[in-house]
Amino acid sequence: MTLAPDPLTSAATFVGMPAFPTAARAALADSQLRHNLEHATHTIRDKRARVVAEVDDWEELRTRGAALKDATLADLETHLLTLEERLTAAGATVHWARDAEEACRVVADVARSHGLDEVVKVKSMATAEIGLNEALAAEGIAAWETDLAELIVQLGDDLPSHILVPAIHRNRSEIRQIFLDKMAGAGRPAPADLSQEPAELAAAARLHLREKFLRARMAVSGANFAVAETGTLVVVESEGNGRMCLTLPEVLVSVVGIEKVVPTFEDLDVFLRLLPRSSTGERMNPYTSTWTGVSPGDGPQELHVVLLDNGRTRALADEVGRQALRCIRCSACLNVCPVYERTGGHAYGSVYPGPIGAILNPLMKGVGVDEQTDSLPYASSLCGACYEVCPVKIDIPSVLVDLRSQVVDAHRGGRPSVEAVAMKGAGATFGSSRRLRLAERFTGIGTRVAGRLGLASAWSGARDLPTAPTESFRAWWRRTGGGTDSAPGGPGSGTGGLDR
Amino acid sequence: MSARDDVLARVRAATATAVAPPLERPVVQSRPGDVDLFVERVADYRAVVERCTPEELGARLAEVVGERRVVVPDGLLEVLDQGGLVLPGAVADDGLAATELDRLDGVVTAATVGIAETGTIVLDHGPGQGRRAVTLVPDLHVCVVRADQVVADVQDAVARLDPARPHTWISGPSATSDIELDRVEGVHGPRQLHVVVVG
Ligand code: SF4
Repeated sequence: MTLAPDPLTSAATFVGMPAFPTAARAALADSQLRHNLEHATHTIRDKRARVVAEVDDWEELRTRGAALKDATLADLETHLLTLEERLTAAGATVHWARDAEEACRVVADVARSHGLDEVVKVKSMATAEIGLNEALAAEGIAAWETDLAELIVQLGDDLPSHILVPAIHRNRSEIRQIFLDKMAGAGRPAPADLSQEPAELAAAARLHLREKFLRARMAVSGANFAVAETGTLVVVESEGNGRMCLTLPEVLVSVVGIEKVVPTFEDLDVFLRLLPRSSTGERMNPYTSTWTGVSPGDGPQELHVVLLDNGRTRALADEVGRQALRCIRCSACLNVCPVYERTGGHAYGSVYPGPIGAILNPLMKGVGVDEQTDSLPYASSLCGACYEVCPVKIDIPSVLVDLRSQVVDAHRGGRPSVEAVAMKGAGATFGSSRRLRLAERFTGIGTRVAGRLGLASAWSGARDLPTAPTESFRAWWRRTGGGTDSAPGGPGSGTGGLDR
Repeated sequence: MSARDDVLARVRAATATAVAPPLERPVVQSRPGDVDLFVERVADYRAVVERCTPEELGARLAEVVGERRVVVPDGLLEVLDQGGLVLPGAVADDGLAATELDRLDGVVTAATVGIAETGTIVLDHGPGQGRRAVTLVPDLHVCVVRADQVVADVQDAVARLDPARPHTWISGPSATSDIELDRVEGVHGPRQLHVVVVG
């Protein structure tokens, strides 16, 4: 087959993106993006609130979800060894990967061993994180995204902007144009008379992808959960593209972050109740697939599981931050975040945007390594809305504050940038990072200091508003509705819907 | 050091001081579910759902399927106790290729569990339920759920399932909201889900 040059070889990448304030300023100027994001986040947020209210013991469920994840993480080695043993006993081959490169190598080698030059893919954060599509493309293997939004992103040579709805920055007429221009280069062309009706666009994607599903010999997936005790993997999805990938090909490789493990099959109950309601705001997502090794005569007869570290053990070693590994990638925190709503996912420069991205990226990559990552813990007003909705109770604001102090510490010493000098000043003022951390979290003094030192002004600059240096970022945010200059009662008035 | 040993060593070092919180795992006795609620919740997903008595089932299936060419998985008629049922377009699954399934109109199956609270059907692909591909590729899925298979909520379903088997949880027809959050039913899975609740 011929590879379509565009979506595969020139795939856009987050590498080298400007640090958050710069990227955010650009994003804020894009009114289409802002409009789409506001619509999306508010719609999903409202749906979520309705279905969560139906569950009497929601708070208890959240507590159980958090405790289950914490208990599993505390004893992760045991659970991983059990998982490996059960997967192997059920007929799967288990691989381990220290980093992105090793994980991509495994997938490419499996494809190679079957002489394949294409694979179909289920949307997966882990494979996006390791840059699998680009790595496979470099080996001459086409990786076809099959989730509708990922297809739009891939054909448009674009970057995802939201965990759940990655193409939310595109409107229907743009999607129509992408399909008309790009589908032919990647397989079955879009019908020439394609309209911009979502149902017609989805039907075009169905036909385009069906051709690929029916001939695919190998699929790559992630997993939402991996059950240690039974060796069961779980994929939660909506469109059925996941089922296609998990069922039709002969070979399946699943790239699974080591934090995805849950101890027992019964534990799935808690997460299958928490995830769909938090994520798409549905009582249950359309399709969930579970598989335990190879089922003779049913589905792929060759299974590989890649257990991926890639910075997870670094996050695990952080006593405050390790709770971020509880994350079940529901994206509820994105949808309530006033900063995310106004800047969009691209400004975070990572496949993990929003509040969770602001902590997960520095935790997995380490602070003091690159400016982009170091700026993320500041991409927050610390309003706490993310913590309120998180189904596994990750205290994102506390982790953010802790990471800010780590950024300060990291910039003490080495050759400082202007920002680092400012941060160092803040650090010196408070003597110890722990005291700064406490001050920042509970009195807002830290943000006031940061404001004086130019950090908050970078922010308010991104909102085209005058700096208010004596005001804390949060107070400023509350007063101005995060820089939206709408009339009182308008959509941006204060954080009304977000305050606890 | 191998990647495996390296990752495990890092995990061990990272968790050296971590303390697991106490865990309570309530013992779940699978509770029966409210069948009316199940029907209502399935309908919420814009699936077609109807109820009938065991005596009516054969006639209902014959009418729903009509002349359409549908896969009838091994064991279906026995599981449904419909030994005499004749569907004119029935096709046995003798290892049909995906491209062959793609040319058929639908599939009729039994189910393993129904979940009232969420309107979910779970298949474990045992007798009468077919392998996973047959309920995926054709565009119509007619699924028969016995009233006594309906349980209250997710935990009651999980307690009834055999982890060794593959499972497909189905909540309405396939759907996407990827384009401006407009919900569109039917992307890759069956675009029509027709649920018949018996008893
Ligand atoms: S941090 Fe919590 S709310 Fe955010 S994506 Fe993860 S689980 Fe969901």
